[in-house]
Amino acid sequence: MNAPLLTPNKGSISERLDATGTANALELRGVSKLFGALAALSDINLTVRPGERRAVLGSNGAGKTTLFNCVTGDFAASSGSIRFFGEDITQFPPQERIRRGLRRTYQISLLFAGLSVLDNVYLASTGVSRSRFSFLRPGRSDTLMASTENLVRVVHLEDAKDTMVAELSYGQQRQLEIAMALAGAPRFILFDEPAAGLSPTERSELIEILTGLPGHMGFIIIEHDMDVALRVAESVTMMHNGRIFKEGKPAEIEEDPEVQALYLGDGHG
Amino acid sequence: MAVTDPASAPRMASETRVSWVERVPAAYWVLGVVLLVMPAFAGNFVLNDIFGRSFYTGIIALSLMFLAGYGGMVSLVQMSIAGVGGYMIAIFGVSAIDTISLGWPWYVAIPISLVIAVIFGTLAGWLAVRTEGIYTIMITLAIAAAFFYFTRQNYVIFNGFSGFNGVLPPPLFGVDWQQAVPFYYLTLFWAVLCFLAVLYVSRAPFGLALQGVRDNPRRMAALGFNVTAHRVAAHSFAALLAGIGGILQTWNLSQISPGTAGIGPVIDILVIAVIGGLRHPIGPFIGAFIFVVLETFATDALIAVGLSGDRFQLLIGIGFLVIVFWSPDGILGLWEKVRAARARDPLLDRGGEGR
Repeated sequence: MNAPLLTPNKGSISERLDATGTANALELRGVSKLFGALAALSDINLTVRPGERRAVLGSNGAGKTTLFNCVTGDFAASSGSIRFFGEDITQFPPQERIRRGLRRTYQISLLFAGLSVLDNVYLASTGVSRSRFSFLRPGRSDTLMASTENLVRVVHLEDAKDTMVAELSYGQQRQLEIAMALAGAPRFILFDEPAAGLSPTERSELIEILTGLPGHMGFIIIEHDMDVALRVAESVTMMHNGRIFKEGKPAEIEEDPEVQALYLGDGHG
Repeated sequence: MAVTDPASAPRMASETRVSWVERVPAAYWVLGVVLLVMPAFAGNFVLNDIFGRSFYTGIIALSLMFLAGYGGMVSLVQMSIAGVGGYMIAIFGVSAIDTISLGWPWYVAIPISLVIAVIFGTLAGWLAVRTEGIYTIMITLAIAAAFFYFTRQNYVIFNGFSGFNGVLPPPLFGVDWQQAVPFYYLTLFWAVLCFLAVLYVSRAPFGLALQGVRDNPRRMAALGFNVTAHRVAAHSFAALLAGIGGILQTWNLSQISPGTAGIGPVIDILVIAVIGGLRHPIGPFIGAFIFVVLETFATDALIAVGLSGDRFQLLIGIGFLVIVFWSPDGILGLWEKVRAARARDPLLDRGGEGR
């Protein structure tokens, strides 16, 4: 909410078409984030192609979640620029970034506990639609409600759709987080440790959901569990102390001696 | 705090849709019938000074309940917005002060009054939503105080200290709406309409999102909502309610003066909303009824036990303290506590709902 409330330039149609056609899904140039004297992020350069699936790895405090917060606008970046499908979104408030097709999930579920599963997803669907100011309740044939029900099915929550979120299991809450990120035609999603705390069965279900996403829907996933990260991602970015430490294919990263020493530890492989 | 009270809120959409008749609790039907036939056995005093007053005061308190209960924004400016509505109906419509009153017909004067009340409420909200908690209260209190002193000192538009008298409801359908029975039904109609409107909006996308903004503004922004715009829009909607209440009040008393929206009445609205309960739109009406009854009869009750009659505020204050102390959710909260205690199994010491 500290982001400047500027009215963003919509740009000409050709400009926007251009932006969706050739540009990278996400392009960070020299992004830094300072908390007082502490540099949570320093000089991050990151490029993700449309449809690309990227895993971000790194120890605690490496700056992974801060990176997400800067991209979505939860925090304003201290310096640098962020382009989303070619459009400079550095100065945009969070909701404007979301309305352009960016989505995220939170590491600690931020759900509306007193609402049902369906209402939570419906809220997410209205947020990016024009009906977010609607004083009318949705009718039976409401298209938003239909797509909401569909999303609930995608994340395997159809049996719990009328359950209050407070009564869901932890794993179901994580699935609901994903459904909310999928609402309203996303173009790119940031998943913040979606597998944390899940049981092995829930993990494989999560992998199924993630690999089942439409091909044009790129994402970045923060994940400690290498099995999950390497199965859903085609490229890997290693972060360390607020910097990008290494980028490459999963196999290269896994075999990189520096990475192994730093992150994977001796026990791995 | 949970987003809504699941027990009383009808589901937004579900496949097993019961008809709305079945969804309304029996208590509401009983209450509705009693209120409809009330004029058959109640005198003019009860109809006008107890029920009529409870209804329009309840509408004004309802506007605060909407902001505070669903939006988490405690605004002390709602009585002033009602005052704006009342002043505007006096200025654009008919009053005894014909040097100022324009005497426009009701179908022009009422919409203009409501529009100006909504504009006033929106501007106040626009200032207030930039702050949180105690600062929202301070800012809205400051606006309310400024409005009070402004109306008292401005003679060109607001006719200063004496305000307007002779502000009468339009004689629509040949009915004198100021008479006890017509006024009773008039206020009852608007009270029910406003109540249903708030209940409906609370489960419509706008109301759901407002409750989301209350519980987690950051998450709402991350879902594409403009949190500030949503809060300001809530103030606009609340101002419409307060404006309706203000016009009804002005017609009932046939006058409006600075004291109508003085600091006392401004605080009273907060007290009423809290006494009744901020979690459900029925709360403000319960609160208003209790407040009006106390204010009307406390004097007699105090004199009867040998105390000075002008200490009725003390009684209201004590009542307020007791309720806030025992049940932060007001009378509604007390009611729920009693129901939960009844459902409790004394052997298992557990609620019947498996909690």
